[in-house]
Amino acid sequence: MNTRNQIKISFPAISINERVSRAVVSAFLVQVDPTVEELADIRTAVSEAVTNSIVHGYRKSEGNVDLQIKILENREVYIRIKDRGCGIEDIKKAMEPLYTTAPEEERAGLGFAVMQSFMDKLHVRSKVGEGTTVIMRKKLGDNQCQTK
Amino acid sequence: MAVKIYTAQEGLIAVLDGEIDHHCAQDLREKIDQAIMENQPELLILDFQQVTFMDSSGIGLIMGRYKQMCTYSGNVIIRNPPLHIKRVMKLSGIERIAKIETIKI
Repeated sequence: MNTRNQIKISFPAISINERVSRAVVSAFLVQVDPTVEELADIRTAVSEAVTNSIVHGYRKSEGNVDLQIKILENREVYIRIKDRGCGIEDIKKAMEPLYTTAPEEERAGLGFAVMQSFMDKLHVRSKVGEGTTVIMRKKLGDNQCQTK
Repeated sequence: MAVKIYTAQEGLIAVLDGEIDHHCAQDLREKIDQAIMENQPELLILDFQQVTFMDSSGIGLIMGRYKQMCTYSGNVIIRNPPLHIKRVMKLSGIERIAKIETIKI
Protein backbone atom coordinates (compact mmCIF):
# COMPACT_ATOMS: atom_id res chain seq x y z
CA MET A 1 0.00 0.00 0.00
CA ASN A 2 1.33 3.43 -0.92
CA THR A 3 2.65 5.66 1.80
CA ARG A 4 1.38 9.22 1.61
CA ASN A 5 3.57 10.62 4.33
CA GLN A 6 5.80 9.31 7.06
CA ILE A 7 8.02 10.29 9.94
CA LYS A 8 10.73 8.43 11.82
CA ILE A 9 12.18 9.45 15.12
CA SER A 10 14.60 7.78 17.48
CA PHE A 11 14.92 8.68 21.14
CA PRO A 12 16.67 7.33 24.23
CA ALA A 13 14.63 4.94 26.40
CA ILE A 14 13.93 7.36 29.21
CA SER A 15 10.45 7.72 30.62
CA ILE A 16 9.92 11.41 29.77
CA ASN A 17 9.90 10.28 26.14
CA GLU A 18 6.63 8.42 26.69
CA ARG A 19 4.98 11.80 26.70
CA VAL A 20 7.15 13.12 23.89
CA SER A 21 6.17 10.17 21.66
CA ARG A 22 2.47 10.91 22.25
CA ALA A 23 3.02 14.54 21.34
CA VAL A 24 4.80 13.53 18.11
CA VAL A 25 1.89 11.26 17.17
CA SER A 26 -0.62 14.06 17.76
CA ALA A 27 1.44 16.55 15.78
CA PHE A 28 2.03 14.26 12.81
CA LEU A 29 -1.59 13.14 12.56
CA VAL A 30 -3.04 16.67 12.35
CA GLN A 31 -2.85 16.32 8.55
CA VAL A 32 -5.48 13.54 8.55
CA ASP A 33 -7.69 15.34 11.04
CA PRO A 34 -8.64 12.33 13.20
CA THR A 35 -11.59 12.48 15.59
CA VAL A 36 -10.81 13.14 19.24
CA GLU A 37 -11.55 9.50 19.96
CA GLU A 38 -9.40 8.10 17.15
CA LEU A 39 -6.47 10.24 18.23
CA ALA A 40 -6.91 9.24 21.88
CA ASP A 41 -6.94 5.55 20.87
CA ILE A 42 -3.71 5.88 18.87
CA ARG A 43 -1.97 7.98 21.53
CA THR A 44 -2.86 5.44 24.20
CA ALA A 45 -1.63 2.48 22.11
CA VAL A 46 1.65 4.28 21.30
CA SER A 47 2.12 5.18 24.95
CA GLU A 48 1.72 1.50 25.92
CA ALA A 49 4.21 0.25 23.32
CA VAL A 50 6.83 2.90 24.12
CA THR A 51 6.42 2.29 27.86
CA ASN A 52 6.90 -1.45 27.26
CA SER A 53 10.17 -0.78 25.45
CA ILE A 54 11.40 1.48 28.24
CA VAL A 55 10.21 -0.58 31.23
CA HIS A 56 10.68 -4.09 29.90
CA GLY A 57 12.83 -3.93 26.75
CA TYR A 58 15.67 -1.92 28.24
CA ARG A 59 14.87 -2.30 31.97
CA LYS A 60 17.83 -0.57 33.59
CA SER A 61 19.98 -0.61 30.46
CA GLU A 62 20.33 2.12 27.85
CA GLY A 63 19.28 2.19 24.24
CA ASN A 64 17.05 3.84 21.71
CA VAL A 65 13.42 3.41 20.79
CA ASP A 66 12.50 3.98 17.14
CA LEU A 67 9.06 5.30 16.31
CA GLN A 68 7.80 5.30 12.74
CA ILE A 69 4.41 6.66 11.75
CA LYS A 70 3.04 6.30 8.24
CA ILE A 71 -0.11 7.55 6.67
CA LEU A 72 -1.19 5.04 4.05
CA GLU A 73 -3.87 5.24 1.41
CA ASN A 74 -7.47 5.09 2.55
CA ARG A 75 -6.70 6.95 5.76
CA GLU A 76 -4.90 4.08 7.38
CA VAL A 77 -2.35 4.89 10.08
CA TYR A 78 0.63 2.55 10.43
CA ILE A 79 2.82 2.71 13.52
CA ARG A 80 6.01 0.82 14.24
CA ILE A 81 7.79 0.92 17.59
CA LYS A 82 11.11 -0.84 17.73
CA ASP A 83 13.66 -1.45 20.47
CA ARG A 84 16.89 -3.43 20.63
CA GLY A 85 16.33 -4.48 24.22
CA CYS A 86 16.09 -7.86 25.91
CA GLY A 87 13.25 -9.22 23.75
CA ILE A 88 10.26 -11.28 24.82
CA GLU A 89 10.68 -14.99 25.51
CA ASP A 90 7.03 -15.96 25.19
CA ILE A 91 4.99 -13.42 23.20
CA LYS A 92 1.73 -15.31 23.71
CA LYS A 93 2.16 -15.19 27.46
CA ALA A 94 3.25 -11.53 27.41
CA MET A 95 0.05 -10.67 25.58
CA GLU A 96 -2.22 -12.31 28.17
CA PRO A 97 -4.15 -9.62 30.05
CA LEU A 98 -2.82 -9.00 33.57
CA TYR A 99 0.45 -10.85 32.92
CA THR A 100 3.40 -8.67 33.90
CA THR A 101 7.05 -9.21 34.71
CA ALA A 102 7.21 -5.94 36.67
CA PRO A 103 4.53 -6.12 39.40
CA GLU A 104 6.82 -4.23 41.81
CA GLU A 105 6.52 -1.22 39.52
CA GLU A 106 2.74 -1.54 39.64
CA ARG A 107 2.49 -2.49 36.00
CA ALA A 108 -1.04 -3.74 35.40
CA GLY A 109 -0.13 -6.16 32.63
CA LEU A 110 -2.56 -4.55 30.22
CA GLY A 111 -0.28 -2.93 27.66
CA PHE A 112 -0.91 -5.38 24.81
CA ALA A 113 -4.61 -5.66 25.68
CA VAL A 114 -4.95 -1.89 25.28
CA MET A 115 -3.04 -1.90 21.97
CA GLN A 116 -5.20 -4.74 20.69
CA SER A 117 -8.42 -3.11 21.75
CA PHE A 118 -7.68 0.45 20.59
CA MET A 119 -6.08 -0.39 17.23
CA ASP A 120 -7.38 -2.48 14.31
CA LYS A 121 -4.30 -4.66 13.92
CA LEU A 122 -1.39 -5.52 16.19
CA HIS A 123 1.67 -7.51 15.24
CA VAL A 124 4.55 -8.24 17.62
CA ARG A 125 7.94 -9.57 16.56
CA SER A 126 10.56 -10.32 19.17
CA LYS A 127 13.79 -12.21 19.67
CA VAL A 128 15.46 -12.72 23.03
CA GLY A 129 18.61 -10.62 23.22
CA GLU A 130 17.79 -8.72 20.03
CA GLY A 131 14.71 -6.68 20.76
CA THR A 132 11.04 -6.22 20.03
CA THR A 133 9.10 -4.61 17.20
CA VAL A 134 5.43 -3.72 17.54
CA ILE A 135 3.44 -2.85 14.42
CA MET A 136 -0.05 -1.43 14.72
CA ARG A 137 -2.57 -0.20 12.20
CA LYS A 138 -5.77 1.75 12.46
CA LYS A 139 -8.08 2.91 9.74
CA LEU A 140 -9.59 6.31 10.37
CA GLY A 141 -13.17 7.09 9.50
CA ASP A 142 -14.07 9.25 6.54
CA ASN A 143 -13.71 12.87 7.32
CA GLN A 144 -16.19 15.18 5.69
CA CYS A 145 -14.01 18.22 6.12
CA GLN A 146 -11.01 16.75 4.34
CA THR A 147 -9.86 18.65 1.26
CA LYS A 148 -9.73 16.49 -1.82
CA MET B 1 0.74 15.91 36.05
CA ALA B 2 -0.24 17.42 39.36
CA VAL B 3 -2.24 16.10 42.27
CA LYS B 4 -4.08 18.04 44.94
CA ILE B 5 -4.92 16.03 48.02
CA TYR B 6 -7.29 17.08 50.76
CA THR B 7 -9.58 15.56 53.35
CA ALA B 8 -13.32 16.12 53.25
CA GLN B 9 -16.23 14.68 55.15
CA GLU B 10 -16.66 11.88 52.62
CA GLY B 11 -13.00 10.83 52.76
CA LEU B 12 -9.58 11.55 51.34
CA ILE B 13 -9.82 13.21 47.94
CA ALA B 14 -7.02 13.20 45.37
CA VAL B 15 -7.69 15.49 42.43
CA LEU B 16 -5.52 14.44 39.50
CA ASP B 17 -4.70 16.92 36.78
CA GLY B 18 -2.99 16.35 33.42
CA GLU B 19 -1.57 13.21 31.82
CA ILE B 20 -1.07 9.96 33.76
CA ASP B 21 1.63 7.70 32.38
CA HIS B 22 4.46 5.51 33.67
CA HIS B 23 6.76 8.54 33.90
CA CYS B 24 4.66 10.38 36.48
CA ALA B 25 3.02 7.38 38.18
CA GLN B 26 5.71 6.90 40.81
CA ASP B 27 5.48 10.49 42.02
CA LEU B 28 1.68 10.27 42.24
CA ARG B 29 1.93 6.95 44.03
CA GLU B 30 4.25 8.35 46.70
CA LYS B 31 2.15 11.47 47.30
CA ILE B 32 -1.15 9.62 47.58
CA ASP B 33 0.30 6.84 49.73
CA GLN B 34 1.74 9.33 52.17
CA ALA B 35 -1.65 11.00 52.53
CA ILE B 36 -3.30 7.60 53.02
CA MET B 37 -0.79 6.73 55.73
CA GLU B 38 -1.26 10.04 57.52
CA ASN B 39 -5.06 10.07 57.35
CA GLN B 40 -6.00 6.38 57.26
CA PRO B 41 -9.32 7.26 55.62
CA GLU B 42 -12.23 4.89 55.11
CA LEU B 43 -12.67 6.17 51.59
CA LEU B 44 -10.20 7.33 48.96
CA ILE B 45 -11.74 9.29 46.10
CA LEU B 46 -9.61 9.59 42.98
CA ASP B 47 -10.99 12.52 41.00
CA PHE B 48 -10.23 12.10 37.27
CA GLN B 49 -12.24 15.04 35.98
CA GLN B 50 -9.16 17.00 34.92
CA VAL B 51 -7.13 14.09 33.60
CA THR B 52 -6.44 14.57 29.90
CA PHE B 53 -4.67 11.28 29.18
CA MET B 54 -4.21 7.94 30.89
CA ASP B 55 -2.74 4.64 29.73
CA SER B 56 -2.59 1.36 31.67
CA SER B 57 -0.07 2.93 34.06
CA GLY B 58 -3.11 4.64 35.59
CA ILE B 59 -4.75 1.26 36.12
CA GLY B 60 -1.62 0.11 37.98
CA LEU B 61 -1.84 3.29 40.04
CA ILE B 62 -5.48 2.63 41.03
CA MET B 63 -4.79 -1.05 41.79
CA GLY B 64 -1.84 -0.11 43.97
CA ARG B 65 -3.85 2.45 45.95
CA TYR B 66 -6.65 -0.09 46.35
CA LYS B 67 -4.12 -2.42 47.99
CA GLN B 68 -2.98 0.38 50.30
CA MET B 69 -6.57 1.18 51.25
CA CYS B 70 -7.25 -2.51 51.92
CA THR B 71 -4.68 -2.48 54.70
CA TYR B 72 -6.92 0.09 56.44
CA SER B 73 -10.11 -1.73 55.40
CA GLY B 74 -10.96 1.25 53.22
CA ASN B 75 -12.51 1.61 49.78
CA VAL B 76 -11.60 3.44 46.58
CA ILE B 77 -13.94 5.41 44.34
CA ILE B 78 -13.06 6.68 40.86
CA ARG B 79 -14.83 9.97 40.24
CA ASN B 80 -15.74 11.61 36.92
CA PRO B 81 -13.31 10.03 34.46
CA PRO B 82 -13.56 11.54 30.94
CA LEU B 83 -14.99 9.21 28.29
CA HIS B 84 -11.75 7.97 26.81
CA ILE B 85 -10.17 7.28 30.18
CA LYS B 86 -13.30 5.40 31.17
CA ARG B 87 -12.73 3.10 28.18
CA VAL B 88 -9.28 2.12 29.51
CA MET B 89 -10.87 1.53 32.91
CA LYS B 90 -13.66 -0.63 31.49
CA LEU B 91 -11.17 -2.69 29.50
CA SER B 92 -9.18 -3.40 32.67
CA GLY B 93 -12.15 -4.48 34.76
CA ILE B 94 -11.03 -2.07 37.50
CA GLU B 95 -14.68 -1.67 38.51
CA ARG B 96 -14.44 -4.98 40.33
CA ILE B 97 -12.30 -3.25 42.96
CA ALA B 98 -13.20 0.43 42.63
CA LYS B 99 -16.57 1.91 41.75
CA ILE B 100 -16.71 4.49 38.98
CA GLU B 101 -19.08 7.33 39.80
CA THR B 102 -20.15 10.39 37.88
CA ILE B 103 -21.33 13.35 39.88
CA LYS B 104 -22.22 16.85 38.84
CA ILE B 105 -20.21 19.59 40.43
